[in-house]
Amino acid sequence: MDLFEHEARDLFERHGVPVPRGFVADTPESAREAAARLGGTVVVKAQVKTGGRGKAGGIKLASSPDEAFASAAAVLGMDIKGHTVRKVLVTEASEIAEEYYLSFLLDRANRTFIGMASATGGMEIEEMADSITRMPASSFDAAAVFPPEIAAEVNEVASALWKVFVSEDATLVEVNPLARTADGRIVALDGKVTLDDNAAFRHARPPDGASGDPLEVRAAEKGLNYVKLDGTVGVIGNGAGLVMSTLDVVALAGAAPANFLDIGGGASAQVMADGLDVILSDPSVRSVFVNVFGGITACDAVANGIVQALGILGDRADKPLVVRLDGNSAEAGHRILDEARHPLITVAHTMDDAAGRAAALAGKES
Amino acid sequence: MAIFLDEHSRVVVQGMTGSEGVKHTRRMLASGTQVVGGVNARKAGTSVDFDDVTLPVFGTVAEAVEATGANTSVLFVPPAFTGDAVIEAIDASIGLAVVITEGVPVHDTARFWAHASGSSTRIIGPNCPGIISPGKSNAGIIPADITKPGSIGLVSKSGTLTYQLMHELKDFGFTTCVGIGGDPIVGTTHIDAIAAFEADSETELIVMIGEIGGDAEERAAEFVRDNVSKPVVGYVAGFTAPEGRTMGHAGAIVSGSSGTAEAKKQAMEAVGIRVGRTPSETAALARAILTG
Repeated sequence: MDLFEHEARDLFERHGVPVPRGFVADTPESAREAAARLGGTVVVKAQVKTGGRGKAGGIKLASSPDEAFASAAAVLGMDIKGHTVRKVLVTEASEIAEEYYLSFLLDRANRTFIGMASATGGMEIEEMADSITRMPASSFDAAAVFPPEIAAEVNEVASALWKVFVSEDATLVEVNPLARTADGRIVALDGKVTLDDNAAFRHARPPDGASGDPLEVRAAEKGLNYVKLDGTVGVIGNGAGLVMSTLDVVALAGAAPANFLDIGGGASAQVMADGLDVILSDPSVRSVFVNVFGGITACDAVANGIVQALGILGDRADKPLVVRLDGNSAEAGHRILDEARHPLITVAHTMDDAAGRAAALAGKES
Repeated sequence: MAIFLDEHSRVVVQGMTGSEGVKHTRRMLASGTQVVGGVNARKAGTSVDFDDVTLPVFGTVAEAVEATGANTSVLFVPPAFTGDAVIEAIDASIGLAVVITEGVPVHDTARFWAHASGSSTRIIGPNCPGIISPGKSNAGIIPADITKPGSIGLVSKSGTLTYQLMHELKDFGFTTCVGIGGDPIVGTTHIDAIAAFEADSETELIVMIGEIGGDAEERAAEFVRDNVSKPVVGYVAGFTAPEGRTMGHAGAIVSGSSGTAEAKKQAMEAVGIRVGRTPSETAALARAILTG
């Protein structure tokens, strides 16, 4: 889970990474109040989980509370790369002398954690790729990268940032820019934190407020592994790899997948019904492709699950389903579907054929 | 021949007494695996009845090794306790630890990986279906009856795609199928398995299945270019995955422009690996090479 900047800032503060004073505001009035409490010039920053806020006009300087009000009024509700701004972070403005970069992250290739630092910062990471020094996290030393007069202080910041990384179970903690202010302080002016969802059980974490998509929210409530996409063919399958592959096969058949949905190993009637319910509630779905490979799961149980799920859903099931079952007890599964003679169900025997049929059905309705 | 797991493997199951542990221990026994016992500190000294055999439960992996000569462990331990359980297996000098558990915090995986360095333990997983050498042994949750012994070696990040290919190519059969898992950090990699298949005299063709996230497939392609003489067929899932979204597996995420399926496919094709557009096309490519 990616955090909002203000959430990252709070974690930084808690673990001793120096940050500018600031407050979160969700209305222009509260932004004015925040500016008044901070005094002097403030920065009003859109809170969205995407980069490029500055270029999009989501970051504004305000030299008075009234200007902060106006800035917040302009930024709140703004759309930045598909993300609606619902909150702003109002911080004291810093007079910046130098901008640097500092992060700790997961190094998948080496199966460990590394630190990255650069004496030039404040840009998109791609733009400064050449200037970044990578070091094992365990032997991180600012002296290798930063001017000698600030190396000790940056090392202190880095050790606090490392504390954030370890104690919060993060996979990324990034400060960009890390600034040296005109009065000589080292401050984290902007931060990005990604937390490991697998470690949620040992932390009290706020819910991920980023996804405003109502279908994703509903699927999450039912414990379904669902990602909303832009197409018209709904997809249900078992196993993350097989479902990703199913999306690709649908695309190769000339249609676009409407979602990712992995119902995992069990595939009980109730899980199938919950999954179908979410997918059939998606107004852009025109056909559904159910793709199951029975490994441990027996396909006859899956077939029964599909038939029962359609019974549970009743009139809410109103779009054609193409079902492909393979592997363990596939023939028994096909027999159950044939005998059910459900008008919405088409049985296909290969993944590629099923994708073609689902794509054709999605096309026909348009 | 087979890689990493064979008829001599003596398996203990950490977490054998839980519902998943019982279910899959029964399946492993049914597919001919020499399961010699389970480990659960709270149930030490008890035993569990299976169809034809009663297996003892030990308090620690070390005790199980001492009593049974176990050299392989399969872990069905809940995520919160997996890190310590793997470290226990490493400290007991288990040769192969197969970590089935999904949802292990990546900091824990990094910790047990670091602990394994310099040890004699190979780790497969976490978040994986395990490893099967058909007709010899089966350590994990891979269904044994969808394929048979043969000449193909398979390594994959995905469980169900592994099953799909095992099933489609069952007439050729497999030396060993390794499900390495879909987490951002895994013990055994594509490269480790491909190197072992290259050295295995019975493996005639290697199938590698990848998916979005990280650069394991790109690095495996470089390895194939420099070290592999056997034919390699590949498949990559996730061409339609949007940037920045985790697709089921914790490691399956495109970050910015890195970790895309297209980049992996190109890297693999650039070194002569034939890459199928669908699982069935991938099976057909393997079939053509083996019959050609």
